[in-house]
Amino acid sequence: MRLSTSTKWALAAFAALVLAFVYVPLIVVGINSFNADRAFGWPPSGFTTKWWAVAAQSEGARAALWMSVKAGLGATAIALVLGTLLSLALSRFDFWGKHTVNLLFILPIALPGIVTGIALQSMIQNVMQPVFGIGPGLFTVIVGHATFCMVTVFNNVSARLRRMGTSLEQASADLGASPLTTFRRVTFPLLRSGLVAGALLAFGLSFDEIVVTTFTAGPGSPTLPIWIYNNLFRPNQAPVVNVVAVVLVIASLIPVWVAQRLGGTDAAESRL
Amino acid sequence: MTPTPAIRLSALRKEFPGHPPVVAVDSIDLDIAAGEFFSMLGPSGSGKTTVLRMIAGFEEPTSGTVELAGDDVTGLPPYRRDVNTVFQDYALFPHMSIQDNVEYGLLVKKVAKAEARRRAGQALEQVRLSDMGKRRPAQLSGGQRQRIALARALVNRPKVLLLDEPLGALDLKLREQMQVELKAIQREVGITFLFVTHDQEEALTLSDRIAVFNAGRIEQVGTAREVYEQPATDFVAGFVGTSNRITGAAARAVVGRDGSFGIRPEKLTVVRRGSSAGDGLAHAPGTLAEVVYAGPVTRYVVDLDAGSRVIALHQNDHQSIDADLQRGADVDIAWHPEHVIAVPESPVSH
Repeated sequence: MRLSTSTKWALAAFAALVLAFVYVPLIVVGINSFNADRAFGWPPSGFTTKWWAVAAQSEGARAALWMSVKAGLGATAIALVLGTLLSLALSRFDFWGKHTVNLLFILPIALPGIVTGIALQSMIQNVMQPVFGIGPGLFTVIVGHATFCMVTVFNNVSARLRRMGTSLEQASADLGASPLTTFRRVTFPLLRSGLVAGALLAFGLSFDEIVVTTFTAGPGSPTLPIWIYNNLFRPNQAPVVNVVAVVLVIASLIPVWVAQRLGGTDAAESRL
Repeated sequence: MTPTPAIRLSALRKEFPGHPPVVAVDSIDLDIAAGEFFSMLGPSGSGKTTVLRMIAGFEEPTSGTVELAGDDVTGLPPYRRDVNTVFQDYALFPHMSIQDNVEYGLLVKKVAKAEARRRAGQALEQVRLSDMGKRRPAQLSGGQRQRIALARALVNRPKVLLLDEPLGALDLKLREQMQVELKAIQREVGITFLFVTHDQEEALTLSDRIAVFNAGRIEQVGTAREVYEQPATDFVAGFVGTSNRITGAAARAVVGRDGSFGIRPEKLTVVRRGSSAGDGLAHAPGTLAEVVYAGPVTRYVVDLDAGSRVIALHQNDHQSIDADLQRGADVDIAWHPEHVIAVPESPVSH
């Protein structure tokens, strides 16, 4: 389709506006992390890396970062195993209640996080803690995050399985391979890039989650987003928050970018 | 005592769920002898591929049994059956080299690596692609992939090789070349080939015997000659080759009795009205409706006075044909009475 020159300019300007709307605030945060003025006076009064040094020294930020990494890895691991198994079950087998299971599994991503959070908190408070002695903490955060992380893995693996079709697995069985051998030598190698993409998205999702985390993390063990939220309005901590926010943005973008590259290229599949 | 057939299907039936259920295969009985090149021919949806998939083990029959070399394998999964399949889309493993693809069946059956390598090499030689072992399937042409799929199946030396429209994706020239190769390989290895196709010419060319499928049933089983020259039903007469159908008033006038009859276009001769076509030939008057020159043959469309339209095919050989036969000319069509075949209506109507 060809557009007139003026239309092209108008569309370009509009696109630039939309992108600016999304990214200018992020850039401001980035600039402020180098702003010499403690109160972020604008324009910046000078350039400093002081806040980065302070942030690097901050015990609270480091503990929160470590907590987030552990929660992300834990949730991703659970999501990988459960999401893949369920995807295989729903894509490759017929059983009674299949469509119901499918729906129930997808639902958590549509559920408002606050509802999931409240439900999990009440479960922890009323059942997990009194009966099993499991209080809010890393474990409950991992479980809470896994509920929605599973869906991203499930979606990625399901899409891959659908595209793969069943004839390769049938060919493997036809050549004498048991179902386990078929999975190990045909299905899994072809799923690998889908699994990596799903895992990266799951980790990214977990890493910046705040709503469910608020209800499942204990008071003493905040994740990075929660730590930021808690410290945002403390004048002393504000400069450090900017630094941590920049780190968080970078840490979230990398997995998404890698996942997109893996998911988008079909040609890569044969090479992986 | 007759030898045990390589494949025996008894009252084999497959229904797919639905309201009402779809009967894909309707109680089929069939024996296929060891070493035979057997084709299942029929239009799409006639059940031939479903039968193949039930023999391979990918579909479970609703009822009936599948026997391989005398053993009932109906309940066995595909990996416990001594058959191999060449898939329509080849289904080569995209993440493995050609060599690994061909070795796959041997390695999963715990054949030693060196032995597997040797046999895979032989199989690749057999399909004349020895130097392709290092490549990936995506780097091969359609015809080459087809031959790799064949090698990957044959290397396991199965009792039966199942071929699901294996030439369907190839262009005409390659197809004809592969037909010749396929037949040569089958003769060489002596394995039973069960070949599914909707291409009647392919079936006629390749097969020792053919089963003609229609709407989940077998209409006729026979050699190529039998199926072509003596079609058992009007469906077979119409599907295998083309056939002039003569029924009703035309049958009474032309054949001399009631019924449904067929005659192949190449058995009909067209001559100018009144001139003799030869001794012992029956003839009927008509008008030439169309003359189509098609290179090796000329096709004459004749409207019989008795009220039926027939097609006659003449070889454009050295005996030059009457070039004066023009559209609208009064002609006689002539035939040997033994070439008129009574073709009863198919049990299944369309």
